Amino acid sequence: MNILAVLIPVSLILGGIGLFAFFWSIKNNQFEDPKGNAERILSDRFDDSPDGD
Amino acid sequence: MNAETPSPAACPACVALPDSGKHAPRLDLSDMPMRRVELALPTVHCAACISAVERSLANRPDVTGARVNLTLKRVSITVADMPDIEDSLIAELGRLGYPARPLDGAVLAKAESDKAGRDMLARLGVAGFAMMNVMLLSISVWAGAEGYTRVMMHWVSAAIALPAIAFSAFPFFKSGWGALRHARLNMDVPISLAILLSAGVSLFETMEGGDHAYFDAALALTFFLLIGRFLDYKTRATARSAASELAALEVQKARRIGENGEETVPLDALREGDILAVAAGERLPVDGAVIWGDSELDPSMLTGETLPQAVGQGAVVRAGMLNISGPLRIRAEGLGEETLLKQITRLVETAESSRNRYTSLAEKAAAIYAPAVHLLSLAAFIGWGVATGDWRLAVNIAAAVLIITCPCALGLAVPAVLAAASGRLFAQGVLLKDGISLEKLAEIDTVVFDKTGTLTTGKPALTNADQISDENRTIAAAMAQHSAHPLSKAIALAFSSDLEISDILEHPGFGTSGKLGDTPVRLGRAGWCGAEAGEQTAVWLKVGDTAPVGFFFADQLRPEAAETVRALQAAGLAVQLLSGDVPGTVENMAREAGIEQWRAHATPAEKVDALMALNEAGHKVLMVGDGLNDAAALAAAHVSMSPASAVDASRSSADMIIINNDLRQIVKSHRVAVASKRRIIENFSIAAIYNLISVPLALAGFATPLMAALAMSTSSITVSLNSMRIGRMK
Repeated sequence: MNILAVLIPVSLILGGIGLFAFFWSIKNNQFEDPKGNAERILSDRFDDSPDGD
Repeated sequence: MNAETPSPAACPACVALPDSGKHAPRLDLSDMPMRRVELALPTVHCAACISAVERSLANRPDVTGARVNLTLKRVSITVADMPDIEDSLIAELGRLGYPARPLDGAVLAKAESDKAGRDMLARLGVAGFAMMNVMLLSISVWAGAEGYTRVMMHWVSAAIALPAIAFSAFPFFKSGWGALRHARLNMDVPISLAILLSAGVSLFETMEGGDHAYFDAALALTFFLLIGRFLDYKTRATARSAASELAALEVQKARRIGENGEETVPLDALREGDILAVAAGERLPVDGAVIWGDSELDPSMLTGETLPQAVGQGAVVRAGMLNISGPLRIRAEGLGEETLLKQITRLVETAESSRNRYTSLAEKAAAIYAPAVHLLSLAAFIGWGVATGDWRLAVNIAAAVLIITCPCALGLAVPAVLAAASGRLFAQGVLLKDGISLEKLAEIDTVVFDKTGTLTTGKPALTNADQISDENRTIAAAMAQHSAHPLSKAIALAFSSDLEISDILEHPGFGTSGKLGDTPVRLGRAGWCGAEAGEQTAVWLKVGDTAPVGFFFADQLRPEAAETVRALQAAGLAVQLLSGDVPGTVENMAREAGIEQWRAHATPAEKVDALMALNEAGHKVLMVGDGLNDAAALAAAHVSMSPASAVDASRSSADMIIINNDLRQIVKSHRVAVASKRRIIENFSIAAIYNLISVPLALAGFATPLMAALAMSTSSITVSLNSMRIGRMK
């Protein structure tokens, strides 16, 4: 059962990274325009930068 | 180079390298004040649209950034702050084929409130993350972990759950505390109590090394309730942003003749005695007197009358009337409290304040639910405490009762249905200002229509075509083709002609004259053509010395009006017509539409009185209207609708707006509203059934954290799925 002492912190850190990424994406307005993002991905223009050429 | 001479460009390379000519010469924007401009783009819909709009804007020398938001159908542009820059941007987008509209300050306020949405999303994310982790940790406990392992799992759960609850459930605590402070109970009181008590008891049990910890249940409760709150917020935010776009349709501006010629000014800047120019086809911005020009005014938005009024120098005119034929100059008068617009605004306010406060289904449910749950829990606590003398067990059972009664299904029952229903209505062309109006719409038993512009198109159509000779038809059509007057347009629409008429001259306010060969021809007002002015809207055609021939016009029912009335009657609703127009016209329209009860000559105040009388007689009335004279009646009705073509005042006092101006939407919306109400009640019943099964178990002390988790998730999921059925309704 000693393995738990390692696995629990590891799982918490991994989850924490996910949570941090979620906060970061909210702050960067990534949930402002879901329909637009769904369309933008179809165009080559945004391949290199989210702002386009 | 002298050090005091400023260099033309900050970067020396720019001076050395001549402009390649590949790009348009860019302005030096570094010193220019920049501004953000938001434009509504109702027609953007795909990736190609986004590229076309953003590319063409970015190529302008004065634009530094442009971003299309497809969800909200608008574009945000960072542009050099120059006067009239909006008009130039709108013209540019118009050339691309995307009609754009300016958005006003209301939109900036919306950007502010979006912060609230983001905040809620963050709380939802934290609650979801913490719930999943604690659930996973709990699985080992449910699976039978014992001793130190269980204690450790509980401690890790506590470490995740307590901060997460403090952050995520804060809105519930705040609102619940606000209610308690005013000695009231709302839904958030039992929610906060359940969350706090379960977290507190779990922490105590963890410290004592006890069997049960409810951290997962406390988090699941928070998570599901936040989903309900988030749906509710999104529904209102979408409605608000669409409503602010509609408000911007009617830009409040006037053209003032000042010392430096004509200038466009906002209405607030007008002073008494200002001279204003009103072109044909424009609405009068303020009350006043005509000082120059002859024309006809269409008062239908103001009074419901369809007969145009001829006005000349000295005539008193009212804001909101439509100038039909010739340019006018008016002197602004009575800008203060006395304008008709202000009087109507006062009527609307009185009507709104006398409207009964409506208790929504959610509030009714909370009023029964909150005390019942608290009493049950208290009874369990006292009962077990007294019976066994074990107060620790008693607290545990009381907490289990609070958790298992599961307000999460109740918290989701209403917002999930309203979000699904308003999303569906929005897609079919009806805008809800708030979810409550949907509940109210489900209760109506009477529909009251306004006539002009609501039941009718508000545009004149020729009525006596079969009495006019072919020769006169062709002459009239040939003359009418050259005029923008609405009656001329109606003639040109009814007949076609390739006759040659020479020397065509427009006489603003009178008509059109010309020559057919050598015979002088006139098409215009009765007096000008030598005819008697009658009761009906008419233009007259005079060819040479022959007797003038009348072309009579009448407003027409919308093509779907009769069908709509029939469908409403078939749904068991009484239909009435309430108009400000003359009795003859109203009676005809009522008969054509199949409405038996009608009333004519109703002033705005009489319309309000009529609705109040219906309210007092116990009827729940849906009012449908579009004119300025309907605004107060819309506010007085149980629930109200306006077509998007309505005047600003009506749109703002109506609860729902029919975006595509199709009356059949009334029938469809009513059907969706009735279905939504049924779904809400079903959802409450589902939640009640779960409670009936689980509460006795909890009271008897058999509830375990696993049971709580299962009951909560299954009831929330059933309720959500049931709500989504609205979207699939035919």
